[in-house]
Amino acid sequence: MTNRLPIAEGLFTWPAQQPALLASRCRACGIASFPVAQSCMACSGQDVEVEELPGRGTLWTWTIQQFMPKSPYNSGETPETFRPYGVGYLELPGGVRVEGRLTENDPAKLHVGMEMEVVFDTWRTEPNGDEIVSFFFKPVA
Amino acid sequence: MDVAIIGIGIHPFGRTPARSGLQQGAYAARLALKDAGVEWRDMEFAFGGSISAGNADALGNELGLTGIPFINVANGCATGGSSLMTAYNTIRSGAHDIGLVSGFDKHDRGAFNADPAAMGLEQWYGELGLMMTTQFFAMKIQRYMHDYGISENTLARVAEKAFINGSLNPNAWRRAPVPVEEIAGSMMVSNPLTKYMFCSPSEGGVALVLCRADKAKNYCAKPVYLKSAVLKSRRYGSFEVFAPSQALQQVDGPTVDASRAAFEMAGVGPGDIDVMQLQDTESGAEVMHMAENGFCEHGEQEQLIQSGATHIGGSMPINTDGGCLANGEPIGASGLRQVYENVLQLRGDAGEHQVPGNPRLGYTHVYGAPGISAVTILQR
Ligand SMILES: [Zn+2]
Repeated sequence: MTNRLPIAEGLFTWPAQQPALLASRCRACGIASFPVAQSCMACSGQDVEVEELPGRGTLWTWTIQQFMPKSPYNSGETPETFRPYGVGYLELPGGVRVEGRLTENDPAKLHVGMEMEVVFDTWRTEPNGDEIVSFFFKPVA
Repeated sequence: MDVAIIGIGIHPFGRTPARSGLQQGAYAARLALKDAGVEWRDMEFAFGGSISAGNADALGNELGLTGIPFINVANGCATGGSSLMTAYNTIRSGAHDIGLVSGFDKHDRGAFNADPAAMGLEQWYGELGLMMTTQFFAMKIQRYMHDYGISENTLARVAEKAFINGSLNPNAWRRAPVPVEEIAGSMMVSNPLTKYMFCSPSEGGVALVLCRADKAKNYCAKPVYLKSAVLKSRRYGSFEVFAPSQALQQVDGPTVDASRAAFEMAGVGPGDIDVMQLQDTESGAEVMHMAENGFCEHGEQEQLIQSGATHIGGSMPINTDGGCLANGEPIGASGLRQVYENVLQLRGDAGEHQVPGNPRLGYTHVYGAPGISAVTILQR
């Protein structure tokens, strides 16, 4: 049986039927931050609570990473198998704009303001067979 | 107490396999001391930095060990600006009368390699391939083009101008103009920015000798006065590099804050500036920094750049030495290169890349990770 492990603890609910990204929200000023932080960057407050972010939002901006980054990039790809990938900020209403990889890497199919959903998928497979799961932003069909 | 720049020195930027970064720094320092007509032993303090070429105070091994306070400065792309600001405040405070500021570097080829932990981030951010300054600049200009109608051709025009100016500057790395079609058609690095629209890590060194303004004429026939030197970091809500999330409500970034403070300190406005060096890590940065520094409204860059206003002979000459695009970016030296260039311009000594009409006021601006900006205003 395959182990499916999150890329980092506390980044999103896992395991879960319907995983969600996790943010901290400041009880003093109401600002949300991703990933979860112990204090608030907006007001220096330390009274924060953890909440699930919405699973759908609009693309605020984007680019395509055309060359393979150096370490600490760790996708299991080699220079031969590397495929350019999309990166963007997804504006999650009432939450925050989260940066993440896009499932789409064709610039012709991406535009500011398009609707996208947060999905969770295998990021890489470790030599021992463990699957590392991460979050991605996918255009809503 | 006002502060004057009385000596400047530069080691050509680019690749110099025969000299270490430190030796390039010493080369620039010797030229700056000679330019001011002083000796290293006359310096009462020195501040300096490099990111990849060792501690700046190792310059003592090259120049001589004189016992002065030498402070190593490390502040990313604003290292030079931070050294200069600290020197400015040291002289203004009356603590010292004369000193040297140094910046040099020597980087490996290829994109800079950022460490998530050093930036207060977790490993996953780098593992996923999000820890790239190139992506940030691409995403910032992408949104900006959407909001303010900047065209892709305008991005190529910025790089075209940089290489033209570089071809006129004997100390630049890239000395040949590149046709605008070749820039636009070169390899895409991070949409909408192509290879020729990005600067590369390089090598070089710059040094400046500063002294009390009332003693400047004892050393130098054409002193240039530092009217302001300001450094700001990001506030919550500004759109910055290396940010896993951004606020829903955006506020002005550190460039806007540093620019406003610098103008106020100098008692002049953007319309008074005759020559400006603005951080051009890539073409889009120069476009956005024109407005963020107050030189035009958002969106006006399209017309200004297309009409040639930012060329050496234009109404708003920007990056007259070729900027980062033609000089590359030895991080420790980059901000001081801008000041070096403005001193040349204000002295009227810039040769083929001299801005016409006896420029009186010069402006420099650097921006770097994770959201810091340094601005100076110089006056002859
Ligand atoms: Zn708060």
